[in-house]
Amino acid sequence: MALVCQASTNCMRNKISWAEVTIKTGQLKLQQASVAVVGAGGLGCPALQYLAAAGVGRIGIIDHDVVEISNLQRQVLHTEARVGMHKVLSAAKAIEQINSRIRVEPVTSALTASNAQTLLADYDIILDCTDNLPTRYLLSDTAVQLNRPLVSGAAQQFDGQLCIYNLGPGQGPCFRCLFPKPPAPEMAGSCEELGILGAVTGVIGTLQAMEAIKLITGLHDGRPTLLMYSALSALPFRNIKLRARRPTCPSCGTEDEKVGKIGETDYVAFCGGQRPDWVARGLVEGHENLRIRAKELKDLLMTGRRVRIIDYEMPFDTEQYAMSTNIPRSDIPLKVFVANPAAHLSTTDETSEKAIGCSTLNNATLELTEDTYLVCRLGNDSQIAVEALKSVGMKGVIKDVIGGLRAWAKEVDEMFPVY
Amino acid sequence: MSATSSPAISLKVEFGGGLELLFSNERSHTVTIPARAPSPAGADTDVHPPGGGGRPADIAFLIAWLRANLLQERAELFEENGTVRPGILVLVNDTDWELEGEGEYVLKDGDEIVFISTLHGG
Ligand SMILES: [Zn+2]
Repeated sequence: MALVCQASTNCMRNKISWAEVTIKTGQLKLQQASVAVVGAGGLGCPALQYLAAAGVGRIGIIDHDVVEISNLQRQVLHTEARVGMHKVLSAAKAIEQINSRIRVEPVTSALTASNAQTLLADYDIILDCTDNLPTRYLLSDTAVQLNRPLVSGAAQQFDGQLCIYNLGPGQGPCFRCLFPKPPAPEMAGSCEELGILGAVTGVIGTLQAMEAIKLITGLHDGRPTLLMYSALSALPFRNIKLRARRPTCPSCGTEDEKVGKIGETDYVAFCGGQRPDWVARGLVEGHENLRIRAKELKDLLMTGRRVRIIDYEMPFDTEQYAMSTNIPRSDIPLKVFVANPAAHLSTTDETSEKAIGCSTLNNATLELTEDTYLVCRLGNDSQIAVEALKSVGMKGVIKDVIGGLRAWAKEVDEMFPVY
Repeated sequence: MSATSSPAISLKVEFGGGLELLFSNERSHTVTIPARAPSPAGADTDVHPPGGGGRPADIAFLIAWLRANLLQERAELFEENGTVRPGILVLVNDTDWELEGEGEYVLKDGDEIVFISTLHGG
């Protein structure tokens, strides 16, 4: 330690004092700032956590949902003890524990076209941490009307996106400038439906807090970009230079150049109507010859009966249920399986054949010698697969699990990882 | 014209935001496409057509080419009326394609074109 040279120590000191000044004035700006976080879920939680830790003086949180156990894998401010509580109140409690001096303003009603302006007018910056397209258009339009930057995050499975809309304000594009027409509803899924790795919302939510802090402290360079994150890619971050505001944009365009109007207040209809509720669809009772409850399957496995489980999502833990056999098929897309289901059932590879020690399909009669149960995440794909097996004349017991792995985790094994 | 093989350009094409599912679930592709589009789009014809007609390959042509040669399923989720479906952003060498002339951007050998679907989960 004594060998540290004097010059470099001075240099370090200067740097520290420069940084200290920046941090101190920044700290003051943060204390005086107000941020509205819409959505207290996967993106909202980490964003709120860092905004609170950074000392943002006033934080509004808007969300009408309550905490569910399946949220906890990514919504890191909520706890098991607060399941059933409004997310905004749970988040407010968590923030209080981080920094009790922050003024938290929780709103338990849903954001709508009629209340958005009133609820958001009082904040300097808006964070879009929502999980659906209609609210994203609503927030963009509201941010333009209120002249506020909108720090928008989105995440799905292994991917995330981050963008500040209406940056400038009035210089960078709004959400409508980039996407004047909403995408196909088929491409629009929520995290509950498609699944998401919790750390992905963690990455994007944290970046949203970072961008908000940069805007508040004046450290943002003002250039509109879109950051794309894909967790599995060799180069997971990619930053894209974005167009400027579109003068013809019906939302943020120049007054006489605007093409079209946003007269409609029905954002759901604009985005192609209500999305199908895949969670509910997966839970449909179905015919007892085609579907089985998770609990019943568990009981069956416990009797020691030899069955085959076809798993669409991830390897089912067969150790625990020693008598069951398992063939993970995450490598066979549903489409391929459905095109020729018999082929995939009959090709058991040799090792598992030996390990299982039984033949599973008599090709001549298409009769399964084992009862077969299909399971996927929510119980939608597995219904299609059962239908496909039946349609090629497959005989024997073939059923899928109502509500899929999500139901398994809820009804049978609370330790089962949900995602 | 001589019997030499028609000129081609090689591109890096990437899909993201779920679009990769339509392309064999592969995010990254290297494709070789004809340097000239076989038929002119609109009135855009070239005065010096080395391959005997058409127009230089642009992104509009690439979209049609990808649909015909690389896309595996549900074309309607990728292409619509000669361009990408709403909700898809196209990037030319890390820049929003609107800054580069959108579909009329003339492709160069080695260009990287990214098609990304907007995400809305959270
Ligand atoms: Zn706009």
